[in-house]
Amino acid sequence: MTAKSFVRKVPSGMSGLWRATAPKLARLDIELTERCNCACLHCSVARPAGDAEAKAREWPTERWQTLLGEAAGLGCLVVRLTGGEPLLRSDFEAIYLHARKLGLRVMLFTNATLVTPRLARLLRDVPPLEAVEISIYGMTRESCEAVTRAPGSFAAARRGLGLLAENGVPFVVKGAVLPPTRGQADEFEAWAAGLSGNAGPPAFAVLFDLHSRRDAARSAGIAGLRSGGDEFVRFSRRHGDEAVGEWGEFCGRAGGARGDRLFICLPAAASASVDPYGRLQYCLGLRHPAAVYDLAAGSLREAVTEFLPRLRETRAADPAYLERCARCFLRGLCAQCPAKSWAEHGTLDTPVEYFCGVAHAQAIAAGLLGPGEKAWAVRDGAERAKRRRNGS
Amino acid sequence: MTGKIELGRAYRPSDDVVVREIEGEIVIVPLTSGIGDLEDELLTLNETGRAIWARLDGSRPLAAVVAELESEYEDAEGEVRVDVVGFVQELYDRRMIVEKS
Repeated sequence: MTAKSFVRKVPSGMSGLWRATAPKLARLDIELTERCNCACLHCSVARPAGDAEAKAREWPTERWQTLLGEAAGLGCLVVRLTGGEPLLRSDFEAIYLHARKLGLRVMLFTNATLVTPRLARLLRDVPPLEAVEISIYGMTRESCEAVTRAPGSFAAARRGLGLLAENGVPFVVKGAVLPPTRGQADEFEAWAAGLSGNAGPPAFAVLFDLHSRRDAARSAGIAGLRSGGDEFVRFSRRHGDEAVGEWGEFCGRAGGARGDRLFICLPAAASASVDPYGRLQYCLGLRHPAAVYDLAAGSLREAVTEFLPRLRETRAADPAYLERCARCFLRGLCAQCPAKSWAEHGTLDTPVEYFCGVAHAQAIAAGLLGPGEKAWAVRDGAERAKRRRNGS
Repeated sequence: MTGKIELGRAYRPSDDVVVREIEGEIVIVPLTSGIGDLEDELLTLNETGRAIWARLDGSRPLAAVVAELESEYEDAEGEVRVDVVGFVQELYDRRMIVEKS
């Protein structure tokens, strides 16, 4: 016995924790409900809070608790509890406490409107070990409720934030660039920086996915809210060119074209998602039937060790994808993925023009493409990205 | 929590932490607030720590833990005791173990 340091602290994020084999599942995302007490313009999920049919189909407490136990048994360290609005579930505290008693860290995604003094105290006494992530839109009641379409939500969210702050529960706030909130980003950042309990700068959603349940009317509404590529570039540059420099860096690091393998966005065993009805998915947004595993007819272990690895072998067949996306060197920028393709087209591998356009606008801003160039037709794309990364 | 640990006393894991074994690693996860400075970190044990931890079940005084380990490890006289006391003191200060009442 010679070691002088008996314990090893590992920073949040778990990088470097595993000296030998990584666990079979690092993170589990759980969508406790699709229901929400807000009806945000851009939401790709929400059903009304009072949707009795959805509520009746949601898994009960015990099923979630059993699943959490199975996840812990697979080595899972982090569970994300999201929705819809997860605090709509009357059993949220029971599910949360069960996760924490299993030694899971909890990422809670909420709009904060339903935070109660009791919940804030619970999060203080049994901390989630991850900052609570709070979506909050707009700096005024008018702009916020023009997004949420829920009267009273502005005041309720501010009250919830106050309760978390009073109890010393770390949180981060997340905004969105939408017609009612455009032009408020600087004010939002300044406000967030002054919040007691705020654990970091706010993130902004600027590029929106269409409705992941493929509701055509909802998707049309979301499409009408989208910022174009040039607007995204302008927003990203509002504090300088740091973001643009990072885009070049991403492209250089990503290592060139993605090829025909579709599932490249997450490392093996990184995570899995489960919807409110016990259907496991590769990620929260991907509901293509080929990418869904019914946990009621199987097990989390089988899903993670057999179903997801098979899914990761899926290759593109769409000719347009093979002609464009598979050969494109903007892999580090473009959001193209099976979930986006599913929301836009109902397939896994159809190119999404919207994200393609945004990536091209970013690449032009980063000096990786000239105006009018198509990234998939550029023969020295990977070299360009490497040169950009090396600063030459 | 402060205080000096004693060889004559027994210690056990605190109810304020969750101890997990994942792929051969012992991982200690805080459950309640105020466990050392670990609210943004996880903690794992090295080989020495694991050997000691496995015996901190509250069933025997620390002196018995030292004696067991001395019979298993060929260390210079007194070295095992120093290691055990150092380890247990560290975890005790972090509120990860408590004295068996």
